[in-house]
Amino acid sequence: MKMAASAKIRPSGRSFQNTELRPERELRNLIETVLRLAKSTGAEETEVHVDEVADALTRFANNGIHQNVSEHGLTISIRTVAEGRTARATTNRLDEDSLRSTIEASLSLAHSQPKDARLLPMPGKQRYRQVSRFIRHTAALAPEDRARAVRRACDLAVKKGQVAAGIFSSGQSQTAVGNSRDLFAAYRETHSQFSITMQEDPAASWAKANSADVRTLDPQKLAERASEKAHQAVHAKELAPGRYTVILEPAAVLDLVGFLFYDFAATAVEDKRSCLNERLGKQLFGQNISITDDVFHPLQQGAPFDGEGIPRQKVLLVDRGVPKNLVYSRASAKAAGKKPTGHGFPLPNEYGETPMNLVFSGGDSSLEKMVASTERGLLVTRLWYIREVDPYEKVMTGMTRDGLFLVENGSVTGAVRNFRFNQSLIEMLKNVELMSPAVRATGEESFEMVVPAMKIRDFHFSEVTKF
Amino acid sequence: MWDLCTNALDTAKVRGAAYGDVRAMYLRQRDLTTKNGQVGTLAESESIGMGIRVLANGAWGFASTDRLTREGVASCAAKAVSIAKASALAKRSNVVLAPEKEYIDSWQSPFRKDPFEIPLETQLALLLAADAEMRKVKGVTLTETSMQFRKIDSWFASSSGSRIHQRKVISGCGIGATSFQSGEIQKRSYPNSFGGQHALEGYELIESLELLKHAPLVAEEAAALHSAAQCPEKFGTLILAGNQLGLQIHESIGHPIELDRVLGQEANFAGTSFLTLDQLNHLKYASSIVNVVADARLDHGQGLGTFAYDDEGVPAQCTDIIKDGKFRGYLSNRETAHLVGLERSSGTMRTESWNRLPIIRMTNVSLLPGTWDFDDLIADTQDGILMDTNRSWSIDDRRYQFQFSTEIGWEIKSGKKVRMLKNPSYSGITTEFWNSCDAICKFDHWTLWGTPNCGKGQPMQTMGTGHGAAPSRFRNVRLGTAFSKQ
Repeated sequence: MKMAASAKIRPSGRSFQNTELRPERELRNLIETVLRLAKSTGAEETEVHVDEVADALTRFANNGIHQNVSEHGLTISIRTVAEGRTARATTNRLDEDSLRSTIEASLSLAHSQPKDARLLPMPGKQRYRQVSRFIRHTAALAPEDRARAVRRACDLAVKKGQVAAGIFSSGQSQTAVGNSRDLFAAYRETHSQFSITMQEDPAASWAKANSADVRTLDPQKLAERASEKAHQAVHAKELAPGRYTVILEPAAVLDLVGFLFYDFAATAVEDKRSCLNERLGKQLFGQNISITDDVFHPLQQGAPFDGEGIPRQKVLLVDRGVPKNLVYSRASAKAAGKKPTGHGFPLPNEYGETPMNLVFSGGDSSLEKMVASTERGLLVTRLWYIREVDPYEKVMTGMTRDGLFLVENGSVTGAVRNFRFNQSLIEMLKNVELMSPAVRATGEESFEMVVPAMKIRDFHFSEVTKF
Repeated sequence: MWDLCTNALDTAKVRGAAYGDVRAMYLRQRDLTTKNGQVGTLAESESIGMGIRVLANGAWGFASTDRLTREGVASCAAKAVSIAKASALAKRSNVVLAPEKEYIDSWQSPFRKDPFEIPLETQLALLLAADAEMRKVKGVTLTETSMQFRKIDSWFASSSGSRIHQRKVISGCGIGATSFQSGEIQKRSYPNSFGGQHALEGYELIESLELLKHAPLVAEEAAALHSAAQCPEKFGTLILAGNQLGLQIHESIGHPIELDRVLGQEANFAGTSFLTLDQLNHLKYASSIVNVVADARLDHGQGLGTFAYDDEGVPAQCTDIIKDGKFRGYLSNRETAHLVGLERSSGTMRTESWNRLPIIRMTNVSLLPGTWDFDDLIADTQDGILMDTNRSWSIDDRRYQFQFSTEIGWEIKSGKKVRMLKNPSYSGITTEFWNSCDAICKFDHWTLWGTPNCGKGQPMQTMGTGHGAAPSRFRNVRLGTAFSKQ
């Protein structure tokens, strides 16, 4: 692919003063207000979550903006404990009467159920490793900044005789949790995303990037990449379904392996619904596969604490193909005789916990090297509508989308009609031949994670569609 | 609330909006779940706020706020106009809206028992009892139950004069049993998977579903599936139970007829559609016994797609989608109606909440009942597979090629259900599949199924849609592909 001239985003800066999130002290005040009100209601313990979001998203299609939205909201979620029972009530009304009503609703829910023998006392004060992911340039991005970037991308599409569709979003969010045992944690971050589909009838291709710092996004480069691939994809030929060597770009890897994250929850294993049942400590994947959950990784985002305010730990999940560790909430840790890893969901819930920040170890190859080393295979831009067919063998089905290319004798030789796949992730991760270094990948089926491009043998395509 | 709405519209007009509409909404929700005899989620939530949509300089802007004061909504309206003006920097053409009358109205969905007035203890006791019934069955390793209730008040006001208040009450529940044995996970659910059945009804829906009565069979089937035969891989006759057919309709008819998809507005995310404009009134979508409507009216039933007005202030309507097998209609809004020669929107703009822009959505997209009695349909089938309750679903981004798997299958030989099959699946091309339909059961077997989790739009919105379906038969369908090892 040709490299486009860089056109990274430089916010106009006109609205630096318009940062909409409340200062942390206001969140702390809100939490203290709820804790004070709860004392007089008979709650033995109280936990308060405050979440605030200020997001904007510019959406374009047919080479013009057709939707353009902005939202601001703050919610307060209150969990009370009474006589060994707990429940949660949530509101976005901040006056004291509403907060009191929400506390009472939480208590009423709590009283309606049998005692929970597994319920633990709320945790006390914790120490948190700080992470900084709030970039004021992202927070300050104005609708005009987004519109101008979209205009440039659409102009490119017009020039190439193509049709552009996509989004450019930016925003900021913060979360704070506090409880009646003096725990308090707060975190804020910014986020930005540019995604573009370029259509050249009957083909299309796609590129997307995501970052806390909008200045690292290069919408025009993404538009160039999608445009070039769409053009290459126009004359797609139909191949027979079967097993192929595939080269999955990072977005395709992410959207597949993202379905593994839930299996590493201790509660899922205890419930016998994880693919890791009876498989922990065994050589399940290839020796080149190592996976950690690491919220502190420089390419990751998210709060460094969980739904109870427990600090997140870095956890080695898979070591050279062997699933080694699970993640634990406080309750599942106690049941298993382990220490909590800071991955619990807000209580009460039935799912326990999950890793949210997967990082694959990756390799030293590249897409170019993978193509060059392939006698016959398929280069996959992205996957779509992935769903679980078999939860234990982790067979996933889905489609290729927006650019599937045939590789022959070390070169891309043409485009191919899209396939449906039915592929076990366990088998897939045994068949990885090459990996690039891991990058922050973004798709549509999973949280953003840090994954490499992968060359995989014997990937199973079961049917072909009409385009 | 009307004063705040008017205040927002006035501000938008002063700031330069040629048109504006606002949706103030108050949403209340209760969620209850159990797992293995213990209470799982027990939560209530409320959310109130306002979304303001404006047209300025020929382009759209939308902003939302939870600050429901005069200053808060005025500031939000001003922001919406400012965003619209930014949109105009990269607009393709001016937005033109199909004309619509103004309405002053108030409507409430019918229900007999307000679920928020039923004691929590009663609701939890039912779930825990169903959970206990399932746990009695040997081989069951995980039991789950759930109930969800929603009450939504919305106030719609437009600069053309409409003032519409609607109150909807939605209920839903389901149970499921999972069995892990010998390296295999099997699950059965009732009355449907992924949360059960949901409808625009009160607590009477929960009572009518008789969870306790069905719990033992759900658990027994989950355990029995381990020893069932594998669904064969072949081309053959398929009978779909109503709950699976509802999802088939959703994915292979409901989404392709959304005009925003057809026009490329969802190309980057949800995808486009094979139903290009030249197909309207020409494409033989299905066999001649297939009739599909998009019907938001109460006359059609109390589905998740039932309302009096959509979120653009357009009254609920019934639109022919497939008539005697021919493709006859799209789901449209005020902006797109004229592109298919309609003088008026078909009334399908819906929003998840006050902080989301209304977009084209399915209402109740239903297959109209046929003539067959279910027992006669089985008796008439020499060699086939009956598939029940969805387990996985996937379709390409133009809605041609799909694959579904279900929780359970039954082999039919010489007009009788002869044995249970595990891991059933089927796949095909949308129009080929619908053209192979040769029998649809009658109204006695027809249910307006609720799909509560339809995702679309950016930012993502989740919406409930309705799908009326009765068991139906399809010929020469590709079966068993999901588990093929080829």
